[in-house]
Amino acid sequence: MFYGTELNNRLMLGTAQYPSPQILRDAIQASGTEVITVSLRREGPQGEGFRDLLRDSGCRILPNTAGCHTVQEAVTTAHMAREIFDTPWIKLEVIGHADTLQPDPFALVEAARILCSDGFEVFPYTTEDLIVGEKLIEAGCQVLMPWGAPIGSGQGLRHAEALRTMRAHFEGIPLVIDAGIGAPSQAARAMEMGFDAVLLNTAVARALDPVAMARAFALAIAAGQEAHGAGLMPVRDMAQASTPIFGMGVLG
Amino acid sequence: MRIDLNGTPIETGAATLADLITEQNFEAASVATALDGTFIPRDARNRPLHPGARVEVLSPMQGG
Repeated sequence: MFYGTELNNRLMLGTAQYPSPQILRDAIQASGTEVITVSLRREGPQGEGFRDLLRDSGCRILPNTAGCHTVQEAVTTAHMAREIFDTPWIKLEVIGHADTLQPDPFALVEAARILCSDGFEVFPYTTEDLIVGEKLIEAGCQVLMPWGAPIGSGQGLRHAEALRTMRAHFEGIPLVIDAGIGAPSQAARAMEMGFDAVLLNTAVARALDPVAMARAFALAIAAGQEAHGAGLMPVRDMAQASTPIFGMGVLG
Repeated sequence: MRIDLNGTPIETGAATLADLITEQNFEAASVATALDGTFIPRDARNRPLHPGARVEVLSPMQGG
């Protein structure tokens, strides 16, 4: 449950960088996603068409504060987003470094505290740091969104073991892998590890065929989710024959 | 008076944020506004502008 909302489809899809609005529409549909992320920017020439697209998609909107570097910027952007989209949901990004787009955890926690106390339902873009996660929960967040790898890098789960620890540490808290996913196999792995959803954009938008890739991600995420539920077998160091030896004929 | 609208200096005859939105042909229901870095809700757009005001008028855009 994400702030009381159950999602059947656990892919959250970004809406930027698609070759055309129609391809974005088709990718949203092909993926079956229920949540799409959007931003707020100075009104441009294609603003109206995009608003229609959002409305037609039928998806729940998760506005972001992408590009914000300070608490003040992020909080103001969140308020503007809440008014425009009429949703308490906000994907809170407070960027700390221009090259890595790594979140600034101090500003993030402060902004989260301000927004949560003002009735926002905050989806904080964070790292796999457990203490930062704790502080975000204390601030009122009911979901955490650790990065897989730097935004747009396509590296997958760069710190998989740390993410595994995070998953175990925050039992019962919905965790969404946000950013850095490049391939469906990486998304499937996150879901197999017990993460609750995957948020991605570039891997679909920049694929040669974004619509097909959107579908591929949806399938991978569903597979990973089902696999986690089914319980993965433990890894062994040595072989163990799966075919019984008993009853074998003597042929040599 | 001279103000900054979305980062561009303009000369405006608008006395309030609401007037500015009309003057600049923004779709009032589809935009959110900030004045000098502070969010101004829709129902508070009668706020007077001052010379040098920094106004941001934002709307939904593609994002990840």
